[in-house]
Amino acid sequence: MAGKLRVEVVTAERLVYQVDDADMVLAPGAEGTLGILPRHAPLVSLLSMGEMRVKRGREEDSLTIFGGFLEVANNVVRVLADVAERAEEIDLARAEDARQRALARLRERRADIDRRRAEMALRRSTVRLAVARKRRARPAPGGPPLPEAQP
Amino acid sequence: MPQAVTPREIRRRIRSIKNTAQITRAMEMVAASKMRRAQQAVLAARPYAERIRAMLGDLAAMSSPQEEVRAFPLLQRRPIRRIQLILVTSDRGLAGSLNTNVIRRAVDFMTHERPELLENFDIVAVGRKGREFLVRYGWPMVAEFTRITDRPSIEAVRPLAELATQDFTTRRVDAVFVVYTHFINTLKQEPRVLQLLPIEPPEGTGAISDYIFEPDPVTVLEALLPRFIEMQLYRVLLEASASEHSARMVAMRNATQNALDLVAELTLTYNKARQAQITREVSEIAAGANALGALQ
Repeated sequence: MAGKLRVEVVTAERLVYQVDDADMVLAPGAEGTLGILPRHAPLVSLLSMGEMRVKRGREEDSLTIFGGFLEVANNVVRVLADVAERAEEIDLARAEDARQRALARLRERRADIDRRRAEMALRRSTVRLAVARKRRARPAPGGPPLPEAQP
Repeated sequence: MPQAVTPREIRRRIRSIKNTAQITRAMEMVAASKMRRAQQAVLAARPYAERIRAMLGDLAAMSSPQEEVRAFPLLQRRPIRRIQLILVTSDRGLAGSLNTNVIRRAVDFMTHERPELLENFDIVAVGRKGREFLVRYGWPMVAEFTRITDRPSIEAVRPLAELATQDFTTRRVDAVFVVYTHFINTLKQEPRVLQLLPIEPPEGTGAISDYIFEPDPVTVLEALLPRFIEMQLYRVLLEASASEHSARMVAMRNATQNALDLVAELTLTYNKARQAQITREVSEIAAGANALGALQ
């Protein structure tokens, strides 16, 4: 399909996401957000953690990505993520629990491996919560269409 | 046929064997569904594995001069003075000769292929059956991981990968091997040895030589190597898991069949015994009647 991007997000365990009609991809690159449009030059980049957004016409899909690689070639964007999930897969209550647990552990001020782990857990749950909340604020796909914004 | 067995005892045995057959059949079905899941997991892991492998091959081939590539600790080949062996077995038995075979392969590897290192190796047990063996025979076990192989996940693999990587980079060992059961098909599994470290980069295709790298090829390669190890270990565990469940499925199917054969045989014996008893009773009655007749 000319002028469209094929997007695949895979982890070692599964195919997380796949579309072939994307107009733009925004991903958390290691050195800032990467914006990828069709006919992008071949690229391999490291990913940090954060939200990945895929724009398709008036729709936008959102995913959380925690580390990995992004590869672009021939209008295919392939993400090899350490951990990834679609926004609608995020369990808000569980993420909130994880965040509280991580905060509590950090308050204990123990300087060992647990602390590093708690910091990672805190960052992960914060990203998850942000992505999931943003999604709740938007109408779910398949809901009533919004009136087109006039320029 | 022993004379002492009464029909009632035979009936009781038949009932007990039928119960056993029911249990083995249930275990066969559980194993079959777990096997399907493990096979699906192998398929689901393939896209990631293929891309990681291809990228690693291309990066190692193209990127920097060979010397620079060799400077990566995980690619470093050095004289082997001590090795680590990761032995992948199942947590549970009743899987036919699965664990015996993989353990024998490990013993074989050490005694025949690396006899010079018999005093100089560490062994890591994955799975309870392997652990039990190593403890019983006093092998130099340095770590154990259980409850991974039934249903492997990438998170469960990470500590294992970390241990191997750390022991290798701190030069405690100069190579890491994994002994596991490779899944060929439902009826055939084969113990294999895989070299995990140092990493032997796959052949490059040169497909990504004109790519842009962010931040740069060396950093990307550096980030790729640990992922490659995790991915390989994950694949090994999935193979072992598929092997375990299919071996158990076949073992349980045989057990069910044997039980049913035994039931058929015992049913025949039971009928004969019952008939013998009836015959005996009839002849006793007849004898009694005759005796009565003789008295009159």
